Amino acid sequence: MLPPVIGVLFDGIAYGMLLFLLSVGLSVTLGLMNFVNLAHCAFAMLGGYVTVLLMNSFGWPFFATLPMAFIVTAAVSVGFERVLYRRLYRASDLDQVLLTIGIAFISVAVAAYFFGTTQQPINVPSYMRGSFNVMGLDIAVYRLFLVGVGGVITLLLIGALELTRFGAQVRASVDNQRMASGLGINVERTFAVTFAIGSGLAGLGGALAIEIVGLDPNFAFTYLIYVLIVVSVGGLGSIAGSLVAAILIGVSDIAGKYYVPQLGAFLIYLVMLAILMWRPVGLFGKR
Amino acid sequence: MSIISEAASGPVKYLKAQTRWHPIETVFWLATLLPFFFLPDYLQLASQIAITALFALSLDLILGYAGIVSLGHAAFFGTGAYAAGLFSKFVWGEPLTGLIVGTIAAALLGYASSFVIARFRHLTLIMITLGLGLLLQEAANSASWLTNGSDGLQGVTIWPLLGYFSFDLYGYTAYSYSLAVLFIVFLGARRLINSSFGLALRGIRENPLRMPAIGAPSRAHIRIVYTISAAMAGIAGALILQTTSTVALDSLGFERSAELLVMLVLGGAGMLYGGLVGSTIFMVARDQFSGIAPQFWYFWIGLLLIVVVIFLPNGILGGLSKIAAQWRRR
Repeated sequence: MLPPVIGVLFDGIAYGMLLFLLSVGLSVTLGLMNFVNLAHCAFAMLGGYVTVLLMNSFGWPFFATLPMAFIVTAAVSVGFERVLYRRLYRASDLDQVLLTIGIAFISVAVAAYFFGTTQQPINVPSYMRGSFNVMGLDIAVYRLFLVGVGGVITLLLIGALELTRFGAQVRASVDNQRMASGLGINVERTFAVTFAIGSGLAGLGGALAIEIVGLDPNFAFTYLIYVLIVVSVGGLGSIAGSLVAAILIGVSDIAGKYYVPQLGAFLIYLVMLAILMWRPVGLFGKR
Repeated sequence: MSIISEAASGPVKYLKAQTRWHPIETVFWLATLLPFFFLPDYLQLASQIAITALFALSLDLILGYAGIVSLGHAAFFGTGAYAAGLFSKFVWGEPLTGLIVGTIAAALLGYASSFVIARFRHLTLIMITLGLGLLLQEAANSASWLTNGSDGLQGVTIWPLLGYFSFDLYGYTAYSYSLAVLFIVFLGARRLINSSFGLALRGIRENPLRMPAIGAPSRAHIRIVYTISAAMAGIAGALILQTTSTVALDSLGFERSAELLVMLVLGGAGMLYGGLVGSTIFMVARDQFSGIAPQFWYFWIGLLLIVVVIFLPNGILGGLSKIAAQWRRR
C-alpha cells in the first residue's frame, strides 16, 4: 500500500505539467525579447475554445482537436505579434503590460459574446475518464495522460533547443540578442517562430486543461497569475526552470488544498515570494 | 524628455516655475464644485469619482514619477478601507479618526513592503507587487470571521462628520468630504513632486542605475515615496468605506489594481492631473454604460488601452499638451 502523500504528489505533478504547457512559451519569449505578454493565457483560452467548438459543433474526436488547438492558436498569435507586439519591443514594461492586458480584456469579452459566461462542457473519450488502482492508489487516466504529454513535450522542446540549428539560434538570441544578429541570425524571425510555437503550446495546454479546471471567459486572467508565477519562479528563457517551477507550484497548490484547505491559494503565493526574494531572477534565470 | 533638459539648466528656477499655479488648474478645481449646483442627483457618483481620483493620484506618485509598475496597489486601498471599517464598527465611529486609522494602517503596510519593493525592478517587481496583493486578499478571505469574506463588511455605522453633517442619501456630505480630502492630499502631492525629492524620483524613473552613481540614495527614496503612496491609497480606501458604509474583498483584488492602472494611463501618468482626469472619464463612462453587461464593458476598456498605448503614449493629457504646444509654436 502506498501512502496518500504519493497520490497528492501525483496529482500535483499532473497539475504542474498542465501549468508547464501553459507557461513554457511565455518563459521562452520573455527570455528572448523581454516582452511582458500578459495576453499569453488569452491564447491558451483560444486553444480551449477551438477544442470546444470543434467537438461540440462539428463532432470532431477529442484527440483530433488537439493539433488544431495548437495550429490555430499559433497562427492567431503570429498575427498579433506582427501587427501589435512588434511595435513595442523597445517600449517600457508598462506599455507592454497595458497593451497585453488590453488584449486579454478584449479576449474575455469576445469569448463571453460567442460562448456565454458559463463553463464549457466537453466529453473526453470514456477510456480517458476512469481511473485504475495501483497498490491502493487511484490513478486517474487523464492525469496520467497529462503527465505523459508534458514529459513528451519537455523532451521534444529540450531536444529541439539543444540539437537543432534553429534551437542554437534561439539560444544564441536569448543569451545576447545584439551579438546574435551581428552573426547573421535573423532575431526577429527567430522570435516570431518561437512566439508562435510558445503560444501554440499554450493553446494545447488550454485545450487539455478543460477536463481538469474547466473553461470560461475568465480563464485568461485566472491562469495568467499561475503562469506568471511559474515563469518568474523558473527564470526567464529556461525550459528546465519552467518545468521545475511548474511542478513545484502544482505540487504546492494541490498539497496546500489537500492538507491545509483553509489557507486556500496562500501557499503558492508564499512560495513564489520566498523564491523571488531569495533569487530575484528565478531558480534557473541567468540575468 | 524636454522637461529633464530644462531641469538641467536651472533646477531651482524650474521647480519655482512648476510650483506656480496655472490658470487651467484653478479652473479645474473650480469645476469640481459644479456638481453641487448643476448635477445634484449625481453627487454620490461625484464622491466616488473624487475618491477614485485620489487613489489614482497615489499610484501616479510611484508609477508616473518613480517608475514603479505595481499590479497590487489595491492592497493598500483595501487595507485602508478594512482598517477604517473595523475601527468604526468596534471602537469609535467618528469619521476623521477612522480616516487617520485607515491611513496609518496602509502606511505601515506600505512601509513594511517598501523594503522588498526597493530591491527589485522589471518583471520581478511586477510579480512581487502582484503576489503581495494576492497574498493579502487571500488573508482577508481566510479571516472571514473578521472581514465577512466576499459578502463584505456589514454593520458599520459612521457618525456624522464633525458631529453635525451626517452621510445622507444624496451625497452632499460625502462629496464635500471626499473633495476636501482630495484637494488637501493633492496639495501635498503637488508640493512633493515640485521639490528636489520629486526631481530625484523622476531621476529614478529615467535611469535607475545613474541615480545611485551620482550619490542619490535611490532605495531610501523609493521606500519613502512608496510609503506615502500607500498612505494615500489608504486614505482613499477609508473614504470609500465611510461614504458607502461597506467594503468587500474585491477592493483588495487584482481587477481593482488593473482598473486603476487603466484610469491612470488613460489620463496620463506622471502629470498629477492624469489620474484625476482619467478616473473621471472612466467612472462617468462606466456609469453611462452600466446597462451593458460588465464583460462587454471590458471589451471597450481593452480597445481603449490598445489605442492609448499605440497612439497616445502619454495619455489624454499628454496628447492635449502636445497639441497645445504645437498650437503655441505656430
